[in-house]
Amino acid sequence: MHTLYQNNLKNNTTFLNEWFAVDLVKNANGDVVGCIAMCIETGEVVHVKSKATVMATGGAGRIYASTTNALINTGDGIGMALRAGFPMQDMEMWQFHPTGIYGAGVLVTEGCRGEGGYLVNKDGERFMERYAPNAKDLAGRDVVARSMVMEILEGRGCGENGDHVFLKLDHLGDEVLNKRLPGISELSKIFAHVDPVNAPIPVVPTCHYMMGGIPTNVHGQAIMQDADGNDRIVNGLFACGEAACVSVHGANRLGGNSLLDLVVFGRAAGMFIEGALNEGIDYLDASESDIDAAMKRMTRWNESSGGESVAALKTELQSIMQNSFGVFRQEEHMQEGVKKLADLRGRIAEAHLVDKSGAFNTARVEALELDNLMEVAEATAIAALERKESRGAHSRYDYPDRDDTNWLKHSMYFPTEKRVGKRDVNFKPKTVDTFEPKIRTY
Amino acid sequence: MLQVSIYRYNPETDSAPYMQEYQLDTQGRDLMVLNVLEMLKAEDTTLAFRRSCREGVCGSDGMNMNGKNGLACITSISDVVKDNKLVLRPLPGLPVVRDLVVDMGLFYKQYERIQPYLQNDEPAPAIERLQSPEDRDKLDGLYECILCACCSTSCPSFWWNPDKFVGPAGLLQSYRFLADSRDTATRERLAELEDPFSVFRCRGIMNCVAVCPKGLNPTRAIGKIRDMLLANAT
Repeated sequence: MHTLYQNNLKNNTTFLNEWFAVDLVKNANGDVVGCIAMCIETGEVVHVKSKATVMATGGAGRIYASTTNALINTGDGIGMALRAGFPMQDMEMWQFHPTGIYGAGVLVTEGCRGEGGYLVNKDGERFMERYAPNAKDLAGRDVVARSMVMEILEGRGCGENGDHVFLKLDHLGDEVLNKRLPGISELSKIFAHVDPVNAPIPVVPTCHYMMGGIPTNVHGQAIMQDADGNDRIVNGLFACGEAACVSVHGANRLGGNSLLDLVVFGRAAGMFIEGALNEGIDYLDASESDIDAAMKRMTRWNESSGGESVAALKTELQSIMQNSFGVFRQEEHMQEGVKKLADLRGRIAEAHLVDKSGAFNTARVEALELDNLMEVAEATAIAALERKESRGAHSRYDYPDRDDTNWLKHSMYFPTEKRVGKRDVNFKPKTVDTFEPKIRTY
Repeated sequence: MLQVSIYRYNPETDSAPYMQEYQLDTQGRDLMVLNVLEMLKAEDTTLAFRRSCREGVCGSDGMNMNGKNGLACITSISDVVKDNKLVLRPLPGLPVVRDLVVDMGLFYKQYERIQPYLQNDEPAPAIERLQSPEDRDKLDGLYECILCACCSTSCPSFWWNPDKFVGPAGLLQSYRFLADSRDTATRERLAELEDPFSVFRCRGIMNCVAVCPKGLNPTRAIGKIRDMLLANAT
């Protein structure tokens, strides 16, 4: 990240540091023509006109109570695109990383198990040998995360409440820990109060990565569907990184592959836009009413005069998502969750922003972020309820098997009708000869 | 009950800054200072501070805690609280925007000044510029800076001349590129620093080393730059 920043300095990039993008401005034709943005330092709100708007807003792990994501990962780009009526792809696919530090959610890298660390339950048993006899602790993240949850549910969890397991590293020795896993000892000491040289780290599966997002092609251009279900490019809107769903991860990202979204497709989007700008494209116009529509949400918060607090509503949202749309999913729980979210949406629409001041008002930022969390949570919930199978990170008790006949497909969530449709998975060539999908066994 | 005293200033309503007293029931838990702030903000939403990663990586929640700069997210209250009292102030020496939020403009300006990017006048190879493991090791302890500004804002020389003295954070990065075997702009980089202020205002006070949340040593890097400048001069 620092290298990216440094190279932007080298190339004299203009930054709008600490500006918050509020909503997309869409013209009558459905093209994206810029956004409404707020200067956090002063509270000033402007319409930023643009020829190309790129969503590079990262993930939205904060929809869950336990996540490795930063506090700002509230899915702001996803929320903006959903409010503008654009569809999202594969939003039910959330990766839970097996080893978040218990209590803090801070990530302990997979490299720990790569270097020979392993997970144990309260009896000291290396339980992954039972679930995946060959790959053991290096089985896919979803498999390891589910195995951990099974251990906990079946009463073999560690600690007073039996609600986590241990990651054992002490046998690796000082040198491997310091040379091959720099930073792990430090993180563990700070957040788990444990020195991994002497004692195991308490860990729990923790929300880590959003495989879904704004559907794009390989150039980063956002995609929607026309009435016949054919792909159509959204003029002016691009996405890259975790916010996008080019879908290189399918339903289950492998460790390290988020760099594909960044280094490969971020670059591809940049090069495509550079080419388009060099060919010469004009600013598309927005009418006063287009801009007013994009200002609606900001105005709503600024005029709020009563209602519930943002912090309490956020906690409630995170708890619904954690309980009903976590590692394991099931019809009734999800239906209940969807109902609770619908109720929550109504209450958030009447929530109260107490502090209306302009200068560095982080309460306003958090209120705007709550709206985005709500959008992401609902898209996730409705898509998860609709996909009646288990695949990759989406694991259902009631549909434990993969159903390639009906669901070898992307899900497409359409926010206006809150409907889930399907989109063909792009296999090129259009057969799957080179990589036959089959049941995974470890 | 933990007694928390926080520096408050809202430019729109306050003619002067003041300290506001809060009480927090920690239920005996050893919270991080950032947890304390988040819990207080849930009750008093007007309290302003920066935060993002909450794990000591992004560097946004640098602040002064009971007199010492550090990152609120990786500082536990047991590390700093004395007599059950926690005093939180913005990083010293930079203009306050609101409450615990400072204007980092001068800090970034000094960072940009040292041209913190690889410069090499030879054409880029097809894949990447190679470096031996030994040369790579020379960058350890330099590249890890997260730009939290804890060091520069604890440095009396930076307080005095923030516009002319690059400060420990900027100089650490300057040395990171001076020490890089792939960078060919050493002469130009040194020439840019050759004046009485940019480097030589460092008095070896070592506050920067004492507060760096990543355990880095800007004073040592500044010493190396001085050596290079002196060797260059003779």
